[in-house]
Amino acid sequence: MQRIGVFVCHCGSNIAATVDVKKVVEMAQMEPGVVHAEDYQYMCSEAGQAKIAAAIHEKKLSGVVVCSCSPRMHETTFRKAAERAGLNPYMVEIANIREHCSWIHKDMEEGTKKAVILMRAAVAKVNLNAPLQAGESRVTKRALVIGGGIAGIQTALDIADAGYEVDIVEKTPSIGGRMSQLDKTFPTLDCSACILTPKMVEAAAHEKIKIYTYSEVDKVSGFVGDFTVDIRKKARSVNMDKCTGCGVCQEKCPSKKAPSEFNRGLNTRSAIYTPFAQAIPNVPVIDRDACIKFKTGKCGLCSKVCQAGAIDYDQKDEIITEKYGAIVVATGFDTINLEKYDEYAYSQSKDVITSLELERVMNAAGPTHGHLERLSDGKAPKEIVFIQCVGSRCSDDRGKPYCSKICCMYTAKHAMLIRDKYPDVNVTVFYIDVRTPGKNFDEFYRRAVEQYGVNYIKGQVGKVIPQPDGKLLVQGSDLLDNRQILKEADMVVLATAIEPNPDVRRIATMLTASIDTNNFLTEAHAKLRPVESPTAGIFLSGVCQGPKDIPETVAQAGAAAVKAIGLLAKDKLMTNPCTAQSDILLCNGCSTCENVCPYGAITYEDKEVNDHGIRETRRVAVVNNALCQGCGACTVACPSGAMDLQGFSNRQILAEVDAICR
Amino acid sequence: MQELINRAKELLADGTVARVLGWKAGDLPYNPEPAYFETAESLKDFVYNGFCGANLSKYMIEASKLEGKTLVCLKPCDTYSFNQLIKEHRVDREKAYIVGVGCKGKLDIERIKKQGIKGIESIEGAEITDEAETLKIQTIYGEKTCAYADAMLERCHVCKGKDHMVYDELIGDSKETKDAERFDEVARIEAMSPEEKFAFFRNELSKCIRCNACRNACPACSCRKCVFDNNKFDSSQKANVDTFEEKMFHIIRAFHVAGRCTDCGECSRVCPQGIPLHLFNRKFIKDIDELYGEYQAGADTESKAPLTNYTFEDAEPSIVGKRG
Repeated sequence: MQRIGVFVCHCGSNIAATVDVKKVVEMAQMEPGVVHAEDYQYMCSEAGQAKIAAAIHEKKLSGVVVCSCSPRMHETTFRKAAERAGLNPYMVEIANIREHCSWIHKDMEEGTKKAVILMRAAVAKVNLNAPLQAGESRVTKRALVIGGGIAGIQTALDIADAGYEVDIVEKTPSIGGRMSQLDKTFPTLDCSACILTPKMVEAAAHEKIKIYTYSEVDKVSGFVGDFTVDIRKKARSVNMDKCTGCGVCQEKCPSKKAPSEFNRGLNTRSAIYTPFAQAIPNVPVIDRDACIKFKTGKCGLCSKVCQAGAIDYDQKDEIITEKYGAIVVATGFDTINLEKYDEYAYSQSKDVITSLELERVMNAAGPTHGHLERLSDGKAPKEIVFIQCVGSRCSDDRGKPYCSKICCMYTAKHAMLIRDKYPDVNVTVFYIDVRTPGKNFDEFYRRAVEQYGVNYIKGQVGKVIPQPDGKLLVQGSDLLDNRQILKEADMVVLATAIEPNPDVRRIATMLTASIDTNNFLTEAHAKLRPVESPTAGIFLSGVCQGPKDIPETVAQAGAAAVKAIGLLAKDKLMTNPCTAQSDILLCNGCSTCENVCPYGAITYEDKEVNDHGIRETRRVAVVNNALCQGCGACTVACPSGAMDLQGFSNRQILAEVDAICR
Repeated sequence: MQELINRAKELLADGTVARVLGWKAGDLPYNPEPAYFETAESLKDFVYNGFCGANLSKYMIEASKLEGKTLVCLKPCDTYSFNQLIKEHRVDREKAYIVGVGCKGKLDIERIKKQGIKGIESIEGAEITDEAETLKIQTIYGEKTCAYADAMLERCHVCKGKDHMVYDELIGDSKETKDAERFDEVARIEAMSPEEKFAFFRNELSKCIRCNACRNACPACSCRKCVFDNNKFDSSQKANVDTFEEKMFHIIRAFHVAGRCTDCGECSRVCPQGIPLHLFNRKFIKDIDELYGEYQAGADTESKAPLTNYTFEDAEPSIVGKRG
């Protein structure tokens, strides 16, 4: 029989205001195995921990139940306190009477009843707890960064500068990401490429950084400190070692009809291409879907003109398997598809464009070489309307419920730049709210209004109607003046909502990292662990975690790097002793557990068994404790109950259920 | 049947197999039972007729441990179970010489009795070679007749097909018996209100006497030690405080065989209380088909089962949750 101590925390008034803690103590004293029960204002405080230690000594406790906040908050605190007092840390269980009880209930009586039940379940579990010993696992001192945008580049640079090897895996042919597509950046209006490309060059030149472009993560196995990752280097059809980046192949390529991804499809590119002039690496790829050689077998012009002999039509995808200690996700974002917002006539008129497309139009390397012109007829626009919150802050399922955060600022930037360069152009912005928190942000927006005379109208646009003469009739409302507005425009720019890169679902699944309903990666704690995934060893950088502008992204990228460095700096990690174990006498050898194990921790072996006198060789499951993460998938899949999880055994869980139902 | 016996004798004689796993006559004209035959002369007791519903694949778990090969007679539906057992490493394919036997539907004595036919002395027309559409039944009250189809097991009316999924040789012809849709009954129950469903199953399961026949006959219930027999778990052989405990047995069993059940129908065939136990399993199969794409357990030995395999196309839990 265990000797259990129950410690009930008030958490100030967080718990005590809704739960009668004295009553919980009183009820605890009647539970089997409980030899000590007390309450205290703040159990997590030094004094609270001292009470636990004192009781362990005085009452010779063999188990401890702390009725307090979520184990995510203080389980470690209490386990360490118990360990210092000489108790095995895994003899401590938490009954969460705050998040699971006091915070979500109003009625004292009901809340107390529930708190008692939760306490009982924890006591029932501790009665069956056994001391567990944590093992050790090694740390591979190399990090993987998925995504080569500004977030990924910054994280990689920071990790590499700390002296650790970093690999960047980038899906497209060049690093640079969305930032490379931007023309100017707020609030300083410096050229995006001018500040980004030095970082790209630095990353490429860094001796600790290896960049895999035109590559994707195919498979991830292992766990914190010891991930094994398959990277698929897609066939570039160009030998990276031989190519000199002279660009002749791209000039001579006769297939020039493929839409340019870099210019958001506003113009075309050749089948063999580098996405933009400052691409890193400066080695083109052949788009096999557009290439005449791949489509018809004839052509081969690029191979003929290549002095270096770098063109290789037979190149195949290559899988590289590499080990990593930490993985940083920096998969970034894209703008949403506008098909559900046809009232803005995006699909009907070439002169209705997204803000990201406007970036390309304004950029000297863009489809119009930086001239502001209508994409339909090349004429200079005189009247431009910006529409804010297209798909953002949307209450129905057409768009996104969140604020995309960057649109107010970039729209002010666009409006200002246009008014500065083309003072004869009228700029009107329809907005719901203008949100400009951030250093020098509101000043920036005020400048657009006050100094550059941008016409801000509070109100949404209901419809954009293309007119026969090529103009766009914008129908909106002015909420401050309480009147309908009909306005003819030459160009309409939509501040389109951003969403996480669609690939993130696949990547999150491979990493067993959780994502929210909007496909943003979930952080381990919204406030206190914002750059870590709940999955150990996975860190979050940039917009994959939530909408951000460049300064925030760079700051978060650095924070993610620090967290990764903190992990890589360790030689060994303590492993979770709550791993699965197979009872070889009960094991059927059916392989079900092996099939469901996400960590590849289960193998089958033929073992000699002695089943109550029957000696035979049986095919049985064997768990590799170093790989097992204690997720418990095998224990629920096992039909015979041969698989059990230490610290969360079937008996313990059923005892908890029984205690709750009692 | 004679062809089957002759072939079995040959295979025993040339040493290909060490024994034959088939059926022998029981103590009543309609209850043949599974039996081993180790010599040519013992085969005189061998029977194979319309009442040989027993699925012999599960016997191969133990037979796989014996010296030499075992000739096992498997009907088309039994071969699904055998494949599933191969997949789960429970039988040794090399230890089995599979004779795929023909099937023209298996008979359910309870259905015959339900037609008021009692005091049965003998039944004609149930032989596998018979072409008869009706059964001639001698009873102590005189001769009665019954259409073969009206005496068939429910599972034969929704037959998965007469093709054997795995075999070494085939003996005997089969006849198509499918004349109903497999999931109609499940759909009918799905359409009930939660209260009606609960009442339906409570009524059916209240008949359970917990004889464990369903579990013992089920080829998917092949655990070395069943959780219900294991005192490591508090669930084992617990005194039944109320009828709910019985329900839990069947519901837990249905979960344990979910995704592995081939829908062979043995659970319902052997239930002495006539509980339609297969409906639980068939509901799971219907759900699996609809959520993860059509899947027939035991159709092969290689494919990945939807419930123990993750794909990016898998239904989201929210969708699964909405169904009920």
